[in-house]
Amino acid sequence: MAPLEHYIILSCILFGLGIIGFLTRRNALILFISIELMLNAVNLMLVAFSTFKANINGQVMVLFIFAVAAAEVAVGLAILICLFRQIKTVDICRINLLKG
Amino acid sequence: MEKYIFLIPLFPLIGFIINGLFGRWLGKGVVSFLGCMTIGFSFIVSFFTWIELKSLPVENRVLEQVLWNWLTVGDLKMQLALMIDPLSMLMILVVTGVGFLIHIYSTGYMAHDESYWRYFSYLNMFVFFMSMLVLGANYMVMFVGWEGVGLASYLLIGFWYKGNENADAGKKAFIVNRIGDFGFVLGLFLIYITFGSLSYMDVFPKALEMFHGGELAFNSGVLVAICLLLFVGATGKSAQIPLYTWLPDAMAGPTPVSALIHAATMVTAGVYMVARSNILYSLAPDALLVVGIIAALTAFFAATMGVLQYDIKKILAYSTVSQLGYMFIGVGVTAYWSGIFHLMTHAFFKACLFLCAGSVIHAMSDEQDIRKMGGLAGKMPITYLTMLIATIAIAGIPPFAGFFSKDEILWRAFTFPYYPVIGKIIWVTGTIGAGITAFYMFRLIFLTFHGEFRGTEEQKKHLHESPFSMTLPLMILALLSFAGGWLGVPHVIGERLGHFPNILEQWLHPVFAASEEIVEKMAVVPNYPVAVEWGLMAFSVAVATAGICIAWYIYMRRGADLPQQLAQEYAPLYQLIHNKYYLDEVYDYMVVKPVYYLSIVLWKVVDAFMIDGIGVNGPGWLVKRFSAGVSLLHNGYLQTGGAFVVLGLVAITCFFIYW
Amino acid sequence: MSTPILTYVTFLPLLGIPFILAVPQGDRDTRGIIKGIALLFSIITFFASLRLYFGFDPDAQGFQFKEQHDWITQYGIQYHLGIDGLSFWLVLLTTFLTPITILSTWRAIDHRVKEFMISMLVLETAMLGTFVSLDLFLFYVFWEVMLIPMYLIIGVWGGERRIYAAIKFFLYTAVGSLLMLVCIIGLVYFHHEQTGEITFNLLSLYGTGLPRLYEILFFAAFALAFAIKVPMFPFHTWLPDAHVEAPTAGSVILAGILLKMGTYGFLRFAMPLFPEGSAFFTPLIIALSIIGIIYGALVAMVQPDIKKLVAYSSVSHMGYCMLGLYVLNQQGVEGSILQMLNHGISTSALFLLVGIIYERRHTRLIKEYGGIARVMPVYATVFMIITLSSIALPTTNGFIGEFLILLGTFKAGKIMAALAASGVILGAVYMLWMYQRVFFGELTNPKNFNLKDMNLREVAYMLPLLILVFWIGLFPNFFLEKMHPSVNRFIAQVAVEDVDAMPPALRNAEAAEKGKHSVEEACH
Repeated sequence: MAPLEHYIILSCILFGLGIIGFLTRRNALILFISIELMLNAVNLMLVAFSTFKANINGQVMVLFIFAVAAAEVAVGLAILICLFRQIKTVDICRINLLKG
Repeated sequence: MEKYIFLIPLFPLIGFIINGLFGRWLGKGVVSFLGCMTIGFSFIVSFFTWIELKSLPVENRVLEQVLWNWLTVGDLKMQLALMIDPLSMLMILVVTGVGFLIHIYSTGYMAHDESYWRYFSYLNMFVFFMSMLVLGANYMVMFVGWEGVGLASYLLIGFWYKGNENADAGKKAFIVNRIGDFGFVLGLFLIYITFGSLSYMDVFPKALEMFHGGELAFNSGVLVAICLLLFVGATGKSAQIPLYTWLPDAMAGPTPVSALIHAATMVTAGVYMVARSNILYSLAPDALLVVGIIAALTAFFAATMGVLQYDIKKILAYSTVSQLGYMFIGVGVTAYWSGIFHLMTHAFFKACLFLCAGSVIHAMSDEQDIRKMGGLAGKMPITYLTMLIATIAIAGIPPFAGFFSKDEILWRAFTFPYYPVIGKIIWVTGTIGAGITAFYMFRLIFLTFHGEFRGTEEQKKHLHESPFSMTLPLMILALLSFAGGWLGVPHVIGERLGHFPNILEQWLHPVFAASEEIVEKMAVVPNYPVAVEWGLMAFSVAVATAGICIAWYIYMRRGADLPQQLAQEYAPLYQLIHNKYYLDEVYDYMVVKPVYYLSIVLWKVVDAFMIDGIGVNGPGWLVKRFSAGVSLLHNGYLQTGGAFVVLGLVAITCFFIYW
Repeated sequence: MSTPILTYVTFLPLLGIPFILAVPQGDRDTRGIIKGIALLFSIITFFASLRLYFGFDPDAQGFQFKEQHDWITQYGIQYHLGIDGLSFWLVLLTTFLTPITILSTWRAIDHRVKEFMISMLVLETAMLGTFVSLDLFLFYVFWEVMLIPMYLIIGVWGGERRIYAAIKFFLYTAVGSLLMLVCIIGLVYFHHEQTGEITFNLLSLYGTGLPRLYEILFFAAFALAFAIKVPMFPFHTWLPDAHVEAPTAGSVILAGILLKMGTYGFLRFAMPLFPEGSAFFTPLIIALSIIGIIYGALVAMVQPDIKKLVAYSSVSHMGYCMLGLYVLNQQGVEGSILQMLNHGISTSALFLLVGIIYERRHTRLIKEYGGIARVMPVYATVFMIITLSSIALPTTNGFIGEFLILLGTFKAGKIMAALAASGVILGAVYMLWMYQRVFFGELTNPKNFNLKDMNLREVAYMLPLLILVFWIGLFPNFFLEKMHPSVNRFIAQVAVEDVDAMPPALRNAEAAEKGKHSVEEACH
């Protein structure tokens, strides 16, 4: 079995990719995918620790995250579709209604 | 009888309330009946009270009636109480008596006014407050009357409120009086703190007791301060320098009002107050000195201002100011009774003069400029005769009333025990003033009643003697101006006449006895030979006669050109006096305008800009600016927000790793 | 315990709300019904509060009609009501003015009548609650609740700049109140440190001895909250805005009662809770009061708007109240309480009168008028009487109050009294000048030719105020005798010399007694 460090590194890489994707891409769908990526990076970390520390809590947590992520994607996509119907684009740089 | 003292103020109060509330619907007959009869009843009650008071032994001549406990807070116990002693008895008889006559006169004078009922309700209100002032058994009740008569005066001066200058004059009177009252009220506080009470029955015995016990030094600072503060009130109410300026303006009111309020009664309240507080004043000669000097200056300067006026009422107004000065000279040189004596005779002849002036104005269709009159004597014989009597009285020609009272004052000034030298100076000023008085009063008579008529044809056609309701009071008052002085015949004359007593001095003696004792104890009362008194008397009569002769020469003998010549020759002096020494202008520039502009500055700069602009809206503005700056970060782009989240994550991580 | 009369009085106005809600909002008739219900309930409240008058024992030192129930027991918060001579007349003033105010809105308010009347009734309850609470927490709740209906009254039914005025009013007062809340908690904390008991009971907290620094700080925070409400110079600028923008009813309640909350707060809370802090700030507060008296009068003098003039005159008059409180002698304090009533009567009456003419002409600018005494004689007369009361003419109420305050001040310091008394002169100047410009002179503005004089309804609600003007002026003892014992106790509580001489727990007999009770309770 691969050592814990490998899992951590992989998880960090995935998380970093997620962050970079989130911060640099302009398509809202890609942002969603990046967010999923980050969530799954965290999931991976949790599962890894759970296994190595022999503690089931981490895996329970992962199941929660799955559920929340699914809900989040559902709501998020719904918003996105509404948004698209309103302004005919999913380019995140064109949407700044929350400007203070 | 003392159970019924309250009736004296109550009747006018009833008249005021009924006329004030329902007068509009009552009709002139009922209104004037109510207005006059209420005062008449008060006079009758006063008269019977006088009989009662006379029957008491001399030292017990005080009647007191407590109406109710007015104000009780801690050690302050104030009763709404009335008191009658010889002094207030005399005052109330003058107030209700002269008041009654003037009410009757008013029924004729105001007959054509649309607000007839309002006039009579105000007039009744005045008599109510005046009787409270006079009858009050403590300074607090006096103050109630004191401010109340000010209110009545305000309302009556501005009675014809359509004219802005009338309303202005009323306001000026009220505010100047308020300045005086400011001093008065502080004086009351100081009395209260010093003697623990405001009731006459407590304050004066306490003052004597403290004085004899050595707790309160003669002429001590507290006493002088009390007396001076009270005198500030008196300068306001009784139109002395420096607060006299409201009185000439107050002539904007109806003429009977000027007669009642601004000549006979209200303006003498200050004299009454000083006489009432005679014990305090006698204990504080420095205050008396100030009173005497200011009074002498007022008597003199007001007389000079009277010389160059052309408005018949303004002349009388300045003459009132000047005569009030004489009264204050009297009380200021510890001759309290002579001040009150002059107050009484002045009430008679000045009321008579004003009412005559009213009669003239009435006949001249509201013309007040004496340059446009002349030759009225034939058309209005009763008015002329009565006015002449009153004028001789004010000029101080024996045996008319003014001679006795004025001469007594001047004689007592000459023998002022506390400050003999100052007393002589006051005497000189007063005597010159008396000469000027004789001059300008006869100038008034000559210009108004003699010579050619100088008015319009329209006015000439209209000339008529006034109705009986107006001439009756004139005749009664003229009679009193003639004979009123015999109540106080000086001893030197009285002895010659076969022990003719000085009735008034004896009557008032119980009130002023303690003061006389103090004066005798603390100063040497000078003892001049009888010849000096006779000499001074003759001298002042001579001065008055000289004044009359000069007036006759200038205005009768030489005709109209001489006054103008003189005016051109002494132009600066003429301008100075004609413009009343520019005092109104000085006040305007020194007080009124600065306060006004200060207020504007306070409002616009301090309030709106500094406090509200910087202090209150400033922080609001700061918060707004700050949030405007911060909200730049919040640009609405999802990824900016994401970047901050990441930065926060990094920061927190660093914090946990490196802390 | 007998009938909880204070609870009845306090919450009776709220009882009207369901009835008002039941009426459909719509045409004129229902508006009349809504107003009628509100009026009815406020009148019932007034009569209920008269019961307080007949039951009030003028000789009792302590609180009367006390009601005490546990509310939030963990934190020692109680539902604790009671009145004494300090608050008695203020409660009556509140119940007396509210019906008058509601009657005055009969024609002035014609949209959202239902909401307006509900706001008025909630406001009345909150004001009464503030005056009768003896529990700091309860007091604070009422204090803050009071803001909301007032905010709405200004913000919804106000003039042109109503939003600005309402927000200014709300923020200004809330800022002060929040600091006070912090200090209430701080005070309770210190009390807990000393006695081990958590309580918001005012009577227990009176005895708390704080370190000097905290006493000063806490007093400052309380004083700020109350000074804003009074309003004292320089915290007064919300007042002119609020008054000018508020509808007549709002101005009346604001001037008549809300401002008294400030002085009442000093009287009941700030001064007795922190006597040392109060003593520390005495010179400052006296100075600010005197500045307020003169400054308010001067600024009032040059106002072009009648309502603003009256607002600034309030600053001046409330300066007298504060001065009277702080000279700490019986004349001063009783004069101050009486002056609160006087101001509640006279200034409310002035606002009502301004409202009457505003309803007819829709302007408050002095220069728009002139000479209207001819067309409105009754109105001119009533206005004159109220003017005289406001400038403290003897035989009116204002005189008694100012006389007592100035006398008390004179005892404390002669120069102070002289300065303060100059406000009396200025008061005459600005009121009479305004009166002259509005009522005297020629009737020039054609819009004023056909002004209608006061109608019966307007006379009906002015009459009680006029009667009170003379009642207080002629028989002040009727009002003052109810205050004597409480004022004595107040002065003993606050005067610092006595405090130093006594151990903190004995500062107040009642507090000590209360302390005993709680100890006993703890033993059980």
